[in-house]
This record gives sequence, structure tokens and C-alpha cells, in this order.
Amino acid sequence: MPHDGHDHLSSSGHPFRKDNDTPLTYWQLMEISVRELMITKGEFSANEINKQIEIMDARTPANGSVLVARAWTDPDFKKRLLNNGAEAARELGFDIGPMHLIAVENTEYIHNLIVCTLCSCYPRNLLGFPPDWYKTKEYRSRAVKEPRSVLEEFGLDLPAEINLRVHDSTADMRYIVLPMRPKWTHEMNGDDLARLISRDSMIGTSIIDSNP
Amino acid sequence: MTIAAGTSIKIKKTSQPGHIRTPYYIRGKTGVIERSLGEFKNPEQLAYSLPSSLYELYRVRFKMSELWDRDIENPNDTVEAEVFAHWIEEYNNAT
Repeated sequence: MPHDGHDHLSSSGHPFRKDNDTPLTYWQLMEISVRELMITKGEFSANEINKQIEIMDARTPANGSVLVARAWTDPDFKKRLLNNGAEAARELGFDIGPMHLIAVENTEYIHNLIVCTLCSCYPRNLLGFPPDWYKTKEYRSRAVKEPRSVLEEFGLDLPAEINLRVHDSTADMRYIVLPMRPKWTHEMNGDDLARLISRDSMIGTSIIDSNP
Repeated sequence: MTIAAGTSIKIKKTSQPGHIRTPYYIRGKTGVIERSLGEFKNPEQLAYSLPSSLYELYRVRFKMSELWDRDIENPNDTVEAEVFAHWIEEYNNAT
């Protein structure tokens, strides 16, 4: 037996991952209590809650990619997007709830980066859940102090002559970066373009490859 | 009265407990109104289920060189944040 005496390893040779069913925290217990109380009082049903969770889970950055691709191919839509991001998203049929959205455009001279230093505000209603790193204290604190170093760690070496604009979502607005469209994509249609547009390019920690 | 875009303003430098959406690093700093966003209820009251009147919300643009003293990567880079009217201390229209 190759793994004799190694009881922290599974029979496949990989380390066991600890069970995560730890006791509930105070606030977890509070959430469950309030939810059950409201179900009992008939405010909403358990099914309605499950449905809402499913709607939230189903949201992905793909909706944002479609939005950006449309802005790349339709100058009038781009104008409307920059003027009122939320209305433009609704125009495409995305149910984003009451969210206020501001789209910020990358150009030859300007690069935009989104952060929420106070918590983890993110356009979830359009892009789904934020990546884990977006919520870390390290990203949140460094993005407003040394954003170029942060971008470098993401593999984006921003030339000094490009003006970097960091957007801190401190209150009611949510933000999406409208990345630059690379020249080599000029013959592509909206569907193919949407596949190119990554989540991180809409946060501003990456750009779309300038070569195919 | 809504403050016009392009106006120089200063963020109040106060410390108070509670659910404050004005991050510490912009308090006492000078910036420029980038745009006004309309009126919103004040999270400092909403967080405690208190009634809130409406306050104008602004996007304010700060230069890195205004926000930080040392190790500035590029002084012309900017940070923009949303700030409620009652945190905006003074302004002049001489832009």
C-alpha cells in the first residue's frame, strides 16, 4: 500500500479537504431566522427565494460581453450606453432590476479600472458574481493607491502616456468598462465579438488582445 | 442647487461612526465634480432604518497627487468616487 500511514491522503493520493460544515455564525443564524419567520408570515414563499437565487446564479459576464459587442458595432447604441448604462442594458432585454450603471470607455489615451474600496459593489445584475480577488482587501486598497502595479500583476503593462482612471463604486452607481475594440476584429460580427470580451476586460484589469 | 461639472470642491474632513460611504482616503481632499447623478437617499440613515431625505450624489475626480503623498506612480492618474452633497464642503465657480 503506497499510502500506508498517510491518513491525511485519500486513496487516490490527494490530500483530503477539510469538511466545511462548521457551526453557524451569528449572522448566518440571523438570516435563517428572519427568512423562516417571513415565510411563516406569508411575506414570500421558500420557492420564491429559491427562484431568486437561481436568477442570480444564472447571471454571467456573457450579458456584459453582448452589451460591449453591441456598443462596438452600433455607434448610436454606444452613445446611449455612455449616456445611461442601465437604460442601454434594459434595451437589450437584460433584467438588471433597479441598478444604476455607468459605462466608462477605454480609448487610445484613457484606461479605466473599477474597484469598490468599501466593500464589493459590482454590477452583479449584469455580470453575475464578482471574482474572489475583487473582494479582497489587497485589491480594494491597492487599486486606488498603486493601480499600475496591480495591473502589471494582471499582466497589463500600461504605458506611462495613457491616463489611468480608477473608479471607486462608493455609493449607488455600478460600473462597466467599455474596452477598446482591436483593429483585427473589424470584420467580425456581434456574436463572435461577444466571445472575445472577457469579464476582466469589463473590470479593467485586462484588455482585449491587440493581435488575433 | 446642483454643483456644475468642472467645479472644484473639497471633501469634508470629519470622522464619525456609522455607515459612511465617503472613504477615508478622500476626506479633506480637493477634487473636481465630474458629473452629478441625481438625488439619492442617504445610506448613513438607511443603514439604520431611519427615514432619509434626498441628497444630490456627485462623481468627484481626484488626482493621485492630491490623494497620496508618497510613491505616486503617475501624478496625472485619477480616482473618481461618488460623494453625497453633505460631504462636499466648499466650492467656487471660478473654474
